[in-house]
Amino acid sequence: MANVLLKVENLTKYFPIRAGMLARKVGDVKAVNDISFEVYEGETLGIVGESGCGKSTTGRVIMRLHEPTSGKVTFDGVELTALSSEEMRKVRRDIQMVFQDPYASLNPRHTVEKILEEPLIVHGIGSAEERRRKVIEYLEVVGLSAYHAKRYPHQFSGGQRQRIGIARALMTNPKLIIADEPVSALDVSIQAQVLNLMQKLQEDLKLTYIFIAHDLGVVRHISDRVAVMYLGSMVELAASEDLYAEPLHPYSQALLSAVPIPDPNYEREQVILTGDIPSPSNPPTGCAFHTRCPMAMEVCKQQVPQFRQVKPGHSVACHLYNDR
Amino acid sequence: MSRKKILEVKDLETSFFTDDGRIAAVDHISFSVEEGEILAIVGESGCGKSVTSLSIMGLVPSPPGKITAGEILLDGQNLATLSEKEMRQIRGKDVAMIFQEPMTSLNPLFTIGNQMMEAIQIHNKTWTKKQAKERAIEMMKLVGLPRAEELFKEYPHQLSGGMRQRVMIAMALVCDPKVLIADEPTTALDVTIQAQILKLMKDLNIRLQTAVLLITHDLGVVAETCERVIVMYAGQIVEQAPVQEIFKNPQHPYTKGLIQSVPDMRYKKDALYSIPGNVPKPGSIQKGCRFAPRCEYAFPRCSEENPELYSKTKAHTARCFLLDSENEVVLHAEMGGQVNGERIAES
Repeated sequence: MANVLLKVENLTKYFPIRAGMLARKVGDVKAVNDISFEVYEGETLGIVGESGCGKSTTGRVIMRLHEPTSGKVTFDGVELTALSSEEMRKVRRDIQMVFQDPYASLNPRHTVEKILEEPLIVHGIGSAEERRRKVIEYLEVVGLSAYHAKRYPHQFSGGQRQRIGIARALMTNPKLIIADEPVSALDVSIQAQVLNLMQKLQEDLKLTYIFIAHDLGVVRHISDRVAVMYLGSMVELAASEDLYAEPLHPYSQALLSAVPIPDPNYEREQVILTGDIPSPSNPPTGCAFHTRCPMAMEVCKQQVPQFRQVKPGHSVACHLYNDR
Repeated sequence: MSRKKILEVKDLETSFFTDDGRIAAVDHISFSVEEGEILAIVGESGCGKSVTSLSIMGLVPSPPGKITAGEILLDGQNLATLSEKEMRQIRGKDVAMIFQEPMTSLNPLFTIGNQMMEAIQIHNKTWTKKQAKERAIEMMKLVGLPRAEELFKEYPHQLSGGMRQRVMIAMALVCDPKVLIADEPTTALDVTIQAQILKLMKDLNIRLQTAVLLITHDLGVVAETCERVIVMYAGQIVEQAPVQEIFKNPQHPYTKGLIQSVPDMRYKKDALYSIPGNVPKPGSIQKGCRFAPRCEYAFPRCSEENPELYSKTKAHTARCFLLDSENEVVLHAEMGGQVNGERIAES
């Protein structure tokens, strides 16, 4: 097995809800609730879930863009959660992010050259001449050209902008890239181009990805292992083929069966969940999914199921598998 | 099986008058929606699918937009020539629309009930408040909203995205329209909620026999809901076929590319097929096939002449010279089929 690059242990993030004139704390939004997982060197870990499940917060807490409420994150042997913010800034050289919205994540007043040079300046890498050369080099790596360097973001299409976002993340030669919905704002034909580019870069540059997305087809395509999140908790984690072939958690089963398949002849049993996702500020007791679960038992209402391995490489948090 | 055509769009052209001149966002398209069917228009951003639906509703922002040619026949009546006042009598009654973002299409200052009743009373002036309320609650129950009486008094922000979209559907169907236009109705929703709404739309289509024009970019949604499909590219219809046909036997290279670009959840492909390049800016391609610059099958004729819609079968047409019998080109029928390269080179 490859080396563990990132280890997340019991990570929790609560956002306080404040109300009233004195902004007293009246509750918590439990965005991420006690999740643990590992990311191996060179792999792609996909994190899927619906809106509000905490997948984006997970990515941001790992980067410490939000401070975790509790829990431990270890990256490459360094405990990130124990670093000062100055030390953390240095570590971000090795962990970079690609964001969803290629329109909002690039400064409209900067040229592409300035946008790409910025991470190098921040981390004090290279002379001005070297930096310029590197900008051109990485523009070409992501499939753009040297003459694009002097242009502004608005002069590019969505797909090209996402390429710029990827180039920016690559500038500091990171080991881990956290991509938060990198293709969901793009059209299908452009999405395929960007996914292929990301795969190629991973091979060429030996990158490790955490790929956060809501599109299960896209996640299957790019991921080696996939984690499913629901309402702040990780409910299942398995190798991509295992998860898609035999999802164990009832939520994963419902989620997979809800995805429209582009084949009118495809027959299947659809599990259509009733109701909506409960609010993360007031999650149900016990298993967070029990209010919508077609297989809910009495124990699900009282006890939080433990996230544990039930088959080699396949972990799930569900009382149905207690005896395994 | 020939059903009555409830909506007929004939040679519709909708143009936008901009500083750069006149741009036809929808460029002479013709299609019809039959009674009780679900017809999907699929395409990527900028292909003109939303402008088509807005043209039918008479909601193209004017200026700069205007219907510059063609007819839109709803049950024989031409909507394109109606005045705004006349159109208001039809909109919401004979043809209704649901939008992508259910939050922005509901007024946050009025209760759900208030907005439902407005839709009813505008078109049924003689109805009493009580009648309108009864009808509203009946519709809310029909779309599967729980505790309809209470929701009637609530405001949009108290509802989840899926419930709001149900309210929009109830509101659209409240006057029993002949055609319902659904513009990306599930794009803003999560997959499990999307599955609920799609099922609801299919059920209602069967129960009420309302014809649905579904605008979407998601081929998965197309495969699961509709009977016929129109594929649009750069303002034109490039292919039109029954849903089975379009997935099994796509004719236009764009349609093929689009289908192959979608990652399939059921199995893992090694590399995803991707169509090179970008969608052209509207009005940027004057001559030849609009897809030619991105098309791997393109041959000289493609950049010279404008292809028309050629028939593969009676119900299946595609805007591609590969289907033109005058062309000495063989296209293998099955998906992913290769064009006979040598013969293209010769022709």
